[in-house]
Amino acid sequence: MYKLLLSIIICLVLMHSKSQAATLEVCSTCRWTTVTAAIQAAKAGDRILVKKGLYQEGQITVDKPLHLIGEGFPILDGKNETEILTVMADGVIVEGFQVQNVGTDYLEDRAGIRVRKSRDFVIRNNKLYNTFFGIYLEHSKYGVVEGNELVGKAVDEMSSGNAIHVWYSKGILVTGNQVRNHRDGIYFEFVDSSKVRDNLSEDNLRYGLHFMFSNDDDYSDNIFRRNGAGVAVMFSKRVNMWDNRFEHNWGVSSYGLLLKEIYDAEIWNNIFKENSIAIFLEGATRINYHHNDFIQNGWAIKMSGGCLTNKVYDNNFIGNTFDLSVSSHVNDNTFDHNYWSEYTGYDLDRDGIGDIPFRPMKLFGYVVNQTPEAIILLRSTFVDLINFSEKVSPIFTPTNVFDNEPLMKRLVFEKIILND
Amino acid sequence: MSYQTETIMNKILKYSFFDLVRSRWIYIYCAFYLLFTFSLLWLSSDLSKVVISLMNVMLVLVPLIASMFSIMYFYNSREFTELLLAQPLKRSHIFIGQYLGVAGSLSLSLIIGISIPFLLYGIIGSAEIWNYFTLVIIGIFLSFIFSAIAFFIALRHENRIKGFGLTILVWLFFAVIYDGFFLLGLVFFNEYPLENFTLAASFFNPIDLSRILILLKLDISALMGFTGAVFRKLLGSGLGMSLAYLSLALWVIIPIWGIRRVALRKDF
Repeated sequence: MYKLLLSIIICLVLMHSKSQAATLEVCSTCRWTTVTAAIQAAKAGDRILVKKGLYQEGQITVDKPLHLIGEGFPILDGKNETEILTVMADGVIVEGFQVQNVGTDYLEDRAGIRVRKSRDFVIRNNKLYNTFFGIYLEHSKYGVVEGNELVGKAVDEMSSGNAIHVWYSKGILVTGNQVRNHRDGIYFEFVDSSKVRDNLSEDNLRYGLHFMFSNDDDYSDNIFRRNGAGVAVMFSKRVNMWDNRFEHNWGVSSYGLLLKEIYDAEIWNNIFKENSIAIFLEGATRINYHHNDFIQNGWAIKMSGGCLTNKVYDNNFIGNTFDLSVSSHVNDNTFDHNYWSEYTGYDLDRDGIGDIPFRPMKLFGYVVNQTPEAIILLRSTFVDLINFSEKVSPIFTPTNVFDNEPLMKRLVFEKIILND
Repeated sequence: MSYQTETIMNKILKYSFFDLVRSRWIYIYCAFYLLFTFSLLWLSSDLSKVVISLMNVMLVLVPLIASMFSIMYFYNSREFTELLLAQPLKRSHIFIGQYLGVAGSLSLSLIIGISIPFLLYGIIGSAEIWNYFTLVIIGIFLSFIFSAIAFFIALRHENRIKGFGLTILVWLFFAVIYDGFFLLGLVFFNEYPLENFTLAASFFNPIDLSRILILLKLDISALMGFTGAVFRKLLGSGLGMSLAYLSLALWVIIPIWGIRRVALRKDF
């Protein structure tokens, strides 16, 4: 009995001493007036509480497991010269800071907050303004980037950085961030088993979200709006995409979603609205597209060469200028069982499926594929006439793209309506 | 002298103009545009889409109505024309005065028909105001162009059937057939760089040129890719824009010059 009591007491004492992490306060009248000094004085596991104020300390390196908390968004300013916060230890938490003014440099990719060779980090609720690269993760694992706001000043692609840049990492969760006016909103290169959730990425010069050589990732519930292209997935395998919105990615070379050399993906429940090309595919293989809405895009799906075994089913195609454009052979890609607003067939047996197959590819779409200059006749009476006559009795349309089971009624999906 | 001729042409112009403005067909024409524009604005809240739909209809209808109306007017007012010819008046003034009267009244009903709905909708102060202006200017140009062509044909051909047939053929050529040959040409020569050919070919058809001028102002021009960029580069510059409108103006001036030439030599 006595022994048990003693061991409980010892346990309690140990637990207490473990949670006895010191809190070091930083402000102009505190014991520590700079974040750097506080970090040097701190022991592993300590909390550093930075009070509201302006801190211009150049580069701050976090080299031990610390919890950095900003109170009232203290400003860490790089004076357009240096990188600001560099994390080089495991288990670091950075939250509540306003990080601003990182200098542009073409030799080193300076960042607002960099995490290098670390694991189990959390970068939460920070504001990053005019940081060349915003949050830069390299060779890191199992971290969370959550609820940050990143606003850049990107003017051209050559001299701008990415908002959230992840390189050679694994098990990263990027969630609830708002990124604007960078080159790429979120950039993944050699990043495996990671997730992108609930982010808003808009007005970026190049891509809202960019995957390169990254496998087994997924992204959902994001909004990609007015970017050069919404999302680009390149040279990657097993990347799943659902519940996202791709809107107003509009311009001469803009896409909602660009798929290049990707294999084995599932794309469902997304909304593609008013993009000049909703999905552009090049060398995309074994991908399923279902329960997506394609509304008022220039091209809903534009398929370039080398695409195999893509299955497009149970989608809505509504009011697109071109529903589908296939440049080379159809191969074994299928487009059955979709709703097409252009479909004018009938359904005598009333099973909800049109009795005559639908040809989603118009003659003019085919001609434009062969001769891009012919697009200048878009909306001309002649083109409307031949499209109409081809619809009534297809003679010239040479492709064998069919939807053999076109739906008579628009599919209704239960979608999570995201807040704008 | 110059003052006197001015007034004579003006008098004929005014006479034709007010004669037509009182006519039932001009009202129907105007009412059609009123109704059509109102219903488009009512059905769609997106002004850019309204402009596209209106453009599609205008590009077919304005040339057709302008040429049909003009040729009908010319043949029907032949007796009055003969009466005028018996007076000591310059021939070119008689015909050009009549032509300006017809084209002017057609343009006026088009302007009223489109403008009232847009004004009530609140186009002033909206970002789409320039698209609306382009649409109206293009409409006026097309009315004047196809009226002039119809007058020219009517002067050349006493035979009404021939005149009507030819006018319809000219309309059909510019509205449909031309684009067919254009497309065939593009497909046939698609191994070659075609930007300059495309540019040139669209300048030679007033309907195509009008369509491109409007489309380039709208969001939909993003679909035109590289070709659209070539056009936007040319038409985006002051020089290109003036060139396009100069080309439309030439489409008015050349038939008028033809009317003058034929009118002076013709034996009535």
